[in-house]
Parts: sequence; C-alpha cells; structure tokens
Amino acid sequence: MDGFAVQFVSGLKTTVLLALVSGVLGMALGLLAAAGRLSRWRAVSLLVGFYTTIIRGVPELIIILLIYFGGTVAISAFFGRYVEVNAFLAGVVSLTVVFGAYAAEIFRGAVLSIPAGQIEAARSLGLHPWQTWLLVILPQMLRIALPALANQSISLVKETSLISIVGLTDIMRVAAIGAGSLRAPLTFYLAASALYLALTSLALLIFNRLERHFAVPGR
Amino acid sequence: MPGAPKVQQIPMHGIRAERIEKRLGGNDVLRGMDIDVRPGEILSILGSSGSGKSTLLRCLNLLTIPDRGDIWIHGEKLAIRAASQHGGPAAILDQRQVRKARASVGMVFQSFNLWPHKTALENVTEGPVLIKGLRRNAAADLGHHYLAKVGLSGKADSYPHHLSGGQQQRVAIARALAMEPRVLLFDEPTSALDPELVGEVLRVMAALAGEGRTMVIVTHEMAFAREVSTRAAFMHRGLIEEESPPRQFFFSPVSSRLRGFLASHR
Repeated sequence: MDGFAVQFVSGLKTTVLLALVSGVLGMALGLLAAAGRLSRWRAVSLLVGFYTTIIRGVPELIIILLIYFGGTVAISAFFGRYVEVNAFLAGVVSLTVVFGAYAAEIFRGAVLSIPAGQIEAARSLGLHPWQTWLLVILPQMLRIALPALANQSISLVKETSLISIVGLTDIMRVAAIGAGSLRAPLTFYLAASALYLALTSLALLIFNRLERHFAVPGR
Repeated sequence: MPGAPKVQQIPMHGIRAERIEKRLGGNDVLRGMDIDVRPGEILSILGSSGSGKSTLLRCLNLLTIPDRGDIWIHGEKLAIRAASQHGGPAAILDQRQVRKARASVGMVFQSFNLWPHKTALENVTEGPVLIKGLRRNAAADLGHHYLAKVGLSGKADSYPHHLSGGQQQRVAIARALAMEPRVLLFDEPTSALDPELVGEVLRVMAALAGEGRTMVIVTHEMAFAREVSTRAAFMHRGLIEEESPPRQFFFSPVSSRLRGFLASHR
C-alpha cells in the first residue's frame, strides 16, 4: 500500500484539476447556452435546446467514449496519421459538454424566475441590454442557481472517475490498479471513496459559503 | 377627422404621440389615439381597467412598441418600424435614440420593480453611474439627496425587502428622479399599496407636482387627480374620450361615459 500513497496523491491532483477545469469551462458554456436558449432568435434557441436535450439524455460514459474515439478519428484524419487523443483533454471536453448542458438548464430556469418588472425598470432608465444583464440578471441568477449548481458540481466530481476508462490516471484508476496488483480491492476502493467524499464535501462547503455571500438580506 | 395630418408644430419639449395603435392578445388596446404632454403640466389619465391607460404610458417610453403611430420626445421623432399587415411585430430601429429618450423620461411602476439585491441607495445611484458616468461618490451624494426628498434619509442602506410598500415606491420615485428626467410617468403608483400607505406616496407626488415638473399619472385616485393635475384625460376603449382642466373634467363632464365613471368612483 505504501507505494500507492504517492500514486494516490498524483491521482488526486489529476482528479481535482479535471473537475476544476471542466467545472469552470462548463459553467461558461452553460451561461452561453442559457443566453442562446433564451435568445429571440428561434434557430439559436432550438439548436441549444437540441444540445441540452441530447446530452442530458445520453449516459455520460457513452459521451466520454464517443468524444475520445471520435476525437481520435477526427484528429488522425486531420493530420493524416494515427494520433491518440490525450485522455485528460478528452475528459475535459466531455465533462465540459455534459456540465454545460445541465448548467444551461439551471441558468435558464434562474433567469426566468427573475420578475420581468425588474428588467423593465432597468430598461426604463435607458440601460443598455448588457448593462441590464450585469446589473439585474447575472447577480440574481447566480444566487438562484447556486443550490442546483452545487448538486451538479458534486456530480461532476464523481463523474471524473469515468474518465479512467480511457486511461486517465486519476484516483479511480490508481485504486483499480492497486486493487488488482495487491489483491486488496476493498482497501483500495474504500480509500478512493474517502478521497471522493473529501472532495465533494469541500465542494459543498465552498458552495455554502457562496450561497451566504450572495444571499439577499430580508429574503 | 382621424388620421388627418396635424398642422400644429412639434413641441421641442414634452412628448407627443400621434395615431397610436396597439393590439395585444387579440384586442385593440389602443385605437389610433393622440396625446400631448406639455412642459410643466400634470396630466392625469383615468379610465376603467382595460381602457388602455397603462399601455399608452408604456408606449411613451417604448417599453411597449406601438404597432403604428408616431412619437416625439422633446421634439425628436423616434425611429420605429410599424407592424406589418402579416403579423410582423413593430420594432425599434434606433436603439441608441430610444435609450437616450428613456433616460430623459422617468417611469414609476405599479409594482415598484426595485432590484432586491441592491440597497435603496444603490437602486437610486445605478442609473446615474451607468448612464451618466457619475463617479460613485458624486452618485452617492445625488442618491442621498433624492432619498431625502422622498423622506427616506435613514433608509439608504436598507434592502427593499426590509421596506414597506410605500417606502419601496418612494425609493422607486427617487430612482426615477436621480436621472433628472424632463418628464415623469407614473403607472398606477399606489394601486399595489395597502390603503394606509397610499398617502405617503401621494404626498411625495404632490410635492413633485408643486415643483413644476412635467408628470403623466395613470391613477384611480380621484381626489388626488382633481387636486394635483392641470389636465385630466378619460380613456375609453383605446381612445381619449374626454380631456379638460380638472375643474371642468370632474364637475361638469360632457361625455356620459365619463359621468358614469366618475359617479361609480365617488
């Protein structure tokens, strides 16, 4: 087990990095998609609706495999020789795409729950639409969306374990290797569970802080 | 004769709207009506619900875009594309011009529409900061000035949910005033208030009227309209049925509909 402590630390780093990068990118993608979904342009709204419906309707594992193998095929075709996609990169792309789809629906619901009168008040002062967005919509949307985003972020941390299937050496893969080579599956998977639990607890703690930060007095 | 070209000059100040039509939800809410808002006048608009009063007010700063008709704000004609016969919606052609016009026409809503995540002071100062580029310090001074004007000096740091309806509406009035608009529009400003809170808002409005501000007030407060307005208009089914100085309007109305309306609101 001793030699695996170092490996677990490196796996932990990979998992954290993967979750953070895809969380941030997915959040940005979700914001953009929510804006598209709420757009006056019907084609854009339909296209984004298509994206969120499909991604949310297909198992994450399949999306990861499709992006990994699809990416390999596409990039190999582009360079004219066999290029294998980096597992971390494939992980970032697939988790971003998945997180973005859920975040888009969360943000859309949050925006729709802001009373239209508040937006009209901003317009009646002569504010530009993006000023209205920054002043009225964005801060309240984040507050309303936070509890649902917290849930989604916990899912994201756990979903990173699926990327081990395409060869990423994260917590999950270290555990699987250790379990196989030392023939002690229970020990290794319990250790991995403890690490994931620590990460999700940390994520919850951060979101609780954020919720308190964005709370509106009197509500 | 409806639709005939006007020979009067377009005023350099105030608002003029001509032949305004608006269809909403299958109803002709405004049916080619004209209205002038002259500098310094307090115009009250009365009428039963569904007569188009609020829609008219919302058309004056283009929160609602009229299907047809022309609007001049301070002498400048707003660039609007009329709705097409085939159902294509009306549209604002020059957004920048409309934003400029809106900044010079303040609006107070029935439901206050304060931003709940901002303090009273921030609600008042965001407009001047974002639109006029005021520095935070100068804006805060301005904000305190207008909060004092509506009697809320001590509430600058309160959030809307800690204020009563009457106080929220007064913050909303201060928010509109802080843009130093040339015309103020009031859309049933006391209709959402508990009866005991109506007075404090009306007193603030009466004080503003006393300063010679130009105001258009859609209201059901008969006594207030009678005492404060310089002109009153009665709307019926998307047209102005009668308009006159308040004395004549309230004491010797011509139209039988207005007589009936006044009798039922005593």
